[in-house]
Amino acid sequence: MTSGPTGSPGGTGPTERGSGSGPAGTTDSSTSGMPEDATPGSTLPAAPGARYHEAVDTRTGMFGTRGSGDTTGYGGLVQPVTMPPPSEPPYGGWFDEVAQALSSGLAEMGLPDTVEQVVVDRGEITFFIRRAGLLETARLLRDGEALRFEMCLGVSGVHFPGEKGRELHAVYHLLSMTHNRRIRLEVACPEGDPHIPSVVSVYPTNDWHERETYDFFGIVFDGHPALTRIQMPDDWPGHPQRKDYPLGGIPVEYKGATIPPPDDRRSYN
Amino acid sequence: MSTAHDATHDPYGASESETTSGRVFTVTGQDWDTVTSGVADEAEDRIVVNMGPQHPSTHGVLRLILELEGETITEARCGIGYLHTGIEKNMEYRSWVQGVTFCTRMDYLSPFYNEQTYSMGVERLLGIEDQVPEKAHVMRVLLMEINRISSHLVAIATGGMEIGALTVMTIGFREREMCLDLFELITGLRMNHGFIRPGGVAQRMPPGALDQIRDFIALMKKRLPEYAALCNANPIFKGRLVDVGYLDLAGCMALGITGPVLRSTGYPWDLRKTQPYSGYEDYEFDVVTWDTCDAYGRFRIRLEEMYQSLRIIEQCADRLEGLQGAPIMVEDKKIAWPSQLAVGADGMGNSLDHIKHIMGESMEALIHHFKLVTEGFRVPAGQAYVPVESPRGELGAHVVSDGGTRPYRAHFRDPSFTNLQATSVMTEGGMVSDVVVAIASLDPVMGGVDR
Repeated sequence: MTSGPTGSPGGTGPTERGSGSGPAGTTDSSTSGMPEDATPGSTLPAAPGARYHEAVDTRTGMFGTRGSGDTTGYGGLVQPVTMPPPSEPPYGGWFDEVAQALSSGLAEMGLPDTVEQVVVDRGEITFFIRRAGLLETARLLRDGEALRFEMCLGVSGVHFPGEKGRELHAVYHLLSMTHNRRIRLEVACPEGDPHIPSVVSVYPTNDWHERETYDFFGIVFDGHPALTRIQMPDDWPGHPQRKDYPLGGIPVEYKGATIPPPDDRRSYN
Repeated sequence: MSTAHDATHDPYGASESETTSGRVFTVTGQDWDTVTSGVADEAEDRIVVNMGPQHPSTHGVLRLILELEGETITEARCGIGYLHTGIEKNMEYRSWVQGVTFCTRMDYLSPFYNEQTYSMGVERLLGIEDQVPEKAHVMRVLLMEINRISSHLVAIATGGMEIGALTVMTIGFREREMCLDLFELITGLRMNHGFIRPGGVAQRMPPGALDQIRDFIALMKKRLPEYAALCNANPIFKGRLVDVGYLDLAGCMALGITGPVLRSTGYPWDLRKTQPYSGYEDYEFDVVTWDTCDAYGRFRIRLEEMYQSLRIIEQCADRLEGLQGAPIMVEDKKIAWPSQLAVGADGMGNSLDHIKHIMGESMEALIHHFKLVTEGFRVPAGQAYVPVESPRGELGAHVVSDGGTRPYRAHFRDPSFTNLQATSVMTEGGMVSDVVVAIASLDPVMGGVDR
């Protein structure tokens, strides 16, 4: 049984790292249930600029051993963990069509800076979206004639505790059945201000998906009709899939030897 | 309780108690009379029924909260999470290969699809999609299609049982048993195989497997028409299914519904055709659709899809005939699982040749084996999403790597989870007896919903 939560280690507030266009410091972090017609841009400060090309984390030691007396001699190695770098146009194939339609559509709507960066990696395209313009972007992607991403395959959270000011990521996979294309949207928010606009009004299927991501990562989807826990019990403390939340487990004794729980074992990451 | 009640007290009736939220009846079956007579004196007609999480008609531990007015549903809500086991979190603490043995347990009726979408995601991250040998792909397709049959059989069997058609249940499970026998023959396990691995599959086809597969095909071709004869025109069956659980194309799009439910609206969307993987473009089969948007259409689609799966299995068997001795794992020794399995006198076991090699002949081979098994291979940083068409719809794994030997994050977009959101739309305004039919037509598997 998991033994209680670990509080999030006071995430970096948006006002400290806040750069970019958002009016930093004007956030009311208790805002939830925003009226649908409100422009989230007016209430959400932008997270600091995308830093995917920079290190999201640091790996120490060659084998990542922790607290077990590493005798390999590689324990002093320090490696940055970097994600695939942003791409420059042309992206190739239909990627350019979509990117073009998206950027011109957003410019028409007066949200020219909404796409932070584009990453083309392993044949998949990822648009990093500033959270303030997510809802408008989703609507444009669904309705735009050249875009037509009718179906959303839900949202998945990813926690990068080492990426200061952009710790929590929400990842959306979109599918255009009309054009038979897939894209990915990625939205980041700081742990200290974990708010992202809900896209349920555009993609109703995300109702449960956003509840799940809220449940596991604590990302608050503003404007969601009923953002409650979905998998964990209602009174559960903490958000289990954050990296600082322990896996839990008890040592198992067998014939005199004790096997520690999985997250306490010597590991090689 | 009033004295009048006591005079006619029914020891098998529903027990009654008062709470702050009103009068509560605990119903155990065949005691609805107690409830109706118990609430008869109440002015309000509204009854909230808590169906599940332990209820035979909820496909596992699904909890339904139904608001009734008479026998009409005015509001239906799902309570899920009773089978949440934290598989995604657990996968972050195991190596990339070990992840397969976790995710196979998610949707336990279609384990090969979980393994396949996860493995394909890892293969894309590793950049070895083109190196997976042909035989591995054919074996994956073979196993997935047998799995589609076994999964659809359970969908039809349990769906039939829930409306009282017990024969459908018994024959459904009879045929499913044959599918599981094939799984056991090929992978060694009836469920939770962990057989499809990043880079290929775990083992070669055992001798005699192709013959058994052909016997299976021949038998299924005889047996599948029995379902059609038993159900397709059966007036009681049709009476329960036709026009029940209606959901049209617009509803499916908005709610992200895929699989047989989407195809029951007449839209031929099947990832095996539209975005083929594992060589599906080289197989001959048809995408089955129906245009009634109801539970009956979904039943017919599942039935017909089993025929189509049989066609694919037949083609797989033909191909495997010509691929005997071909590799089943990528050649890259830094990724391929070093151990070889061989069938010993007592069943499965490690290959004695391999053990002799690492223990007696080559220190380097031992180090290599040890490193790959305990530490695992590293996967370059990035993320991938490679969906497959599972029996329930689009199943996809969003796998994220930070360059380490373990998944940084693995999230499964399970079709059961998404499709279950349609419960309210499909049941509200209908009869309470149609709820089980509507949910059965969605075919949710709670292991996949809760993960």
